[in-house]
Amino acid sequence: MPTVSALQILADVRDESTLVVTNQGSARLWPLVSKHPCDFNFNPSTMGGAIPLGLGLALAQPQREVLVISGDGSLLMSLGSLVTVIASGVQNLTIVLLDNEIYEVTGGQAVPGAAAGVDYPGLATAAGFASAAQFATLEAWREGAAAVLQQSGPRFVALRVDAARDAYPKSPAEPIQEQILRLRSGLSS
Amino acid sequence: MDRSKITEMNAPPANPTLMFTGQEVVATLVELGVTHVIWIPDSATGLWEADLEAAPSLELLRVCREGEAWPLAAGLALGGKNPFVVMQTTGLFESGDALRNIVFDLQIPVFGLIGVRNWLYPDSPDTARRFTQPIMDAWQLGAVWIESPDDKPRLLEHVKKAMATDQPGIVLMAEGKG
Repeated sequence: MPTVSALQILADVRDESTLVVTNQGSARLWPLVSKHPCDFNFNPSTMGGAIPLGLGLALAQPQREVLVISGDGSLLMSLGSLVTVIASGVQNLTIVLLDNEIYEVTGGQAVPGAAAGVDYPGLATAAGFASAAQFATLEAWREGAAAVLQQSGPRFVALRVDAARDAYPKSPAEPIQEQILRLRSGLSS
Repeated sequence: MDRSKITEMNAPPANPTLMFTGQEVVATLVELGVTHVIWIPDSATGLWEADLEAAPSLELLRVCREGEAWPLAAGLALGGKNPFVVMQTTGLFESGDALRNIVFDLQIPVFGLIGVRNWLYPDSPDTARRFTQPIMDAWQLGAVWIESPDDKPRLLEHVKKAMATDQPGIVLMAEGKG
């Protein structure tokens, strides 16, 4: 499915108080569909860092939902973070995986998961996620997005998406320090 | 599963080179206002597990790989908590990119204790020991050493000062065989 359209559906069903953490490709694309004070487009980031960072926010802010949008390349760099999430006991966390089978930011090279045919929702289920789902078409995702975010947490949603590097904005992203100030201000108010 | 029995069966021998008891570490972390301890233990710091778990004001978070620890600490800090990271030098090396990103890109101060494997054995062939100081110098974290029991007050002093000035506060704790 087209990545930006998939993210637009997510932005449309996202609750106003939900914190959204993106990184790598999603940090470039999410601002096309959302400019929200609770967005944290984690860029520059360490690959695989978005899920632990989102977990920290979720543990610190248990009254809010936290949604992490990660690519498959990033998840594979820190696959154990799925287990860390479960071990923490967190419930207010959703991981949305953009599964495009490539390292998009670096030009589209294949990730190991492509050849391995990884069943990401299966991995999440095996790790102990309360709910795990996968959507392969935009129509199915549009139909199921709101319901899947209402499931018990922690939640895992894999979206089979197309390459979207051509959609990356040409304008500079909001500097990370400004995002941190905005996020901290929003969380303390 | 009765973990207490397993802990008893597998308990490592008393480590004469361990700088802090678990209760001493807990007391220091409580005084620092720490809310979460993020760790991967080694054979020295692992002896603190029961005391860390029993401390009512500390939540012990176990990560699978050290690279998770720094962004997890960053998320907790952004959310208003006061996390503290415990890992071994080998884990510090593994997590270098995550540490770089959080401290220097995001400029979020992190606080932690790094157990330095084999530091108390100057003749050790352990390459983890050999690369500790060069790597710490490269990271420019202003870390301080605890090399003997006389240095123990540095844990509280250094981290307290770092917290007050929004600077990273990393303490290197010399260990025996790890």
